[in-house]
Amino acid sequence: MSDQNTTLVKIRDLHFSRGSKTIFSGLNADIPQGGITTILGPSGTGKTTLLKLIGGQLKPSAGGIEVDGQQVAKLSRRDLYALRKRMGMLFQSGALLTDLNVFDNVAFPLREHTELPESLIHKLVLMRLHAVGLRGARDLMPAELSGGMARRAALARALVMDPMMIMYDEPFTGQDPISLGVLLELISTVNSALGLTSIIVSHDLAEALSISHHVVVISEGKVVEAGTPEQLQNSSSDWVQQFLNGRSDGPVPFQLKAPDYGQDLATTEARLDA
Amino acid sequence: MLDLIQSLGAGTLNAVATLGRALLHLIQTVLAIGEPIRKFSLLNQQLFASGVKTLSIILVSGLFVGMVLALQGYNTLVRFGAEESLGVVVAFTLVRELGPVVTGLLFAGRAGSAMTAEIGLMKSTEQLSGLEMMAIDPYRRIFAPRLLAGFIALPLLAAMFSAVGVLGGHLVGVELLGVDAGAYWSQMQSAVSFKADVLNGLIKAVVFGLVVNWIAIFQGADCVPTPEGVASATTGTVVKSSLAVLGLDFLLTAVMFSV
Ligand SMILES: Nc1ncnc2c1ncn2[C@@H]1O[C@H](COP(=O)(O)OP(=O)(O)O)[C@@H](O)[C@H]1O
Ligand SMILES: [Mg+2]
Repeated sequence: MSDQNTTLVKIRDLHFSRGSKTIFSGLNADIPQGGITTILGPSGTGKTTLLKLIGGQLKPSAGGIEVDGQQVAKLSRRDLYALRKRMGMLFQSGALLTDLNVFDNVAFPLREHTELPESLIHKLVLMRLHAVGLRGARDLMPAELSGGMARRAALARALVMDPMMIMYDEPFTGQDPISLGVLLELISTVNSALGLTSIIVSHDLAEALSISHHVVVISEGKVVEAGTPEQLQNSSSDWVQQFLNGRSDGPVPFQLKAPDYGQDLATTEARLDA
Repeated sequence: MLDLIQSLGAGTLNAVATLGRALLHLIQTVLAIGEPIRKFSLLNQQLFASGVKTLSIILVSGLFVGMVLALQGYNTLVRFGAEESLGVVVAFTLVRELGPVVTGLLFAGRAGSAMTAEIGLMKSTEQLSGLEMMAIDPYRRIFAPRLLAGFIALPLLAAMFSAVGVLGGHLVGVELLGVDAGAYWSQMQSAVSFKADVLNGLIKAVVFGLVVNWIAIFQGADCVPTPEGVASATTGTVVKSSLAVLGLDFLLTAVMFSV
């Protein structure tokens, strides 16, 4: 964790909606350089959307996101692509290209963006595959990989261009305990060994908290709480406590908004009688 | 009644919006067309996927259609003692109409649907977003090579369809029904004009090539990124491009051959 004081990603008064649905209404957050920041929130709050906004795939309707001093939404296409080469993103599914094997998938960004000789590409790819433990899987096709292996291969691909930051979208979802452990270990070692900034988006609490240095909790378009994992545990917010402890009822009600129960039953009877 | 009008209005708005997105998509794809021209391997792959893989169904269908045309044509012509003109009838029908149209329909069913499914799957498994995040433009890498390859492949396939069809007509007309071989070929040669018939047929095939591939690629890129979304986009490609081929064929025929 080098230099915790500088901020790599600044999110200011972010507004974004999909159709009539408001996803962010004035979100503010800072993601410090170096270290692992986890963004927590229930499913459907817009965590994936936030990563896409950081990557410039979507444009905010108001407010902005600054990455390494550049306003992402205001960049020209060329500058945006230059910035994206310095950020890696791991999608939930891995997003490996299905018609290429693992080796070619990892080599893909190098072949597209550089003029490096094939012998050097070979070495670089093997180094990255070794780092994620998949040197032996280089000839497999993505369909032959388990979910955890696909994510590791995607991590190797994201690392091959030596990015300054990596974004992980739900890296722990649907993993068995062993590959979960492997992923946690990998994310953490890769981050410190390469001096990266990592952003993890997740709703898997315990896992995410165990390796992160900074946590941002979002709900209903706003930040509810931000701080170190310890600060979060001691949060005074009922909502955060419900989320952390997984209680089924609290500020987030178990029952979705519905008419009065007794009245509802009565109208059903009336309708059947008619 | 009010509901009907309302949903009609909503449907119309929706269709206009979709058409707008499709046009924008086409423009962006055409602007990216330099990439597959510079990088031949990209184009080559797609020529194989949409052209070569469709070839066998085109050849077999062309042969059968030509044979049927000869059978039907012979039965009509022989009543007027004009069976010598069989070659003309077969060639006209194939070159002007059935070559481009049937090829367009078969291409939509074979290559177009495959293309929609492939792109839809790439979208739903986040491969397209993944490319963008790796600073690789999907228009250049994915869409443009497919559009260009399909645009090149369809007219060539249509030409082969017609050629094989004429041979099929020969097989049935000359070998089976006993039309004079010399008459079959020489009447065909003197009646079919390159400019009026072959070229117009080619223009049809070129138009279908653009439209079918445009529909197929857009359907994939615009689908709802779920398994159901990909499935319905694939069906949509076949339905929409078949209708487009038949509708445009009428328009083009009216313009080309009615005067
Ligand atoms: N392509 C899209 N079109 C319309 N709505 C979408 C799209 N993608 C996501 N949404 C909606 O945006 C909201 C946030 O989605 P997402 O960012 O995927 O949430 P999370 O990753 O936190 O689960 C969800 O309610 C979802 O239904
Ligand atoms: Mg998500």
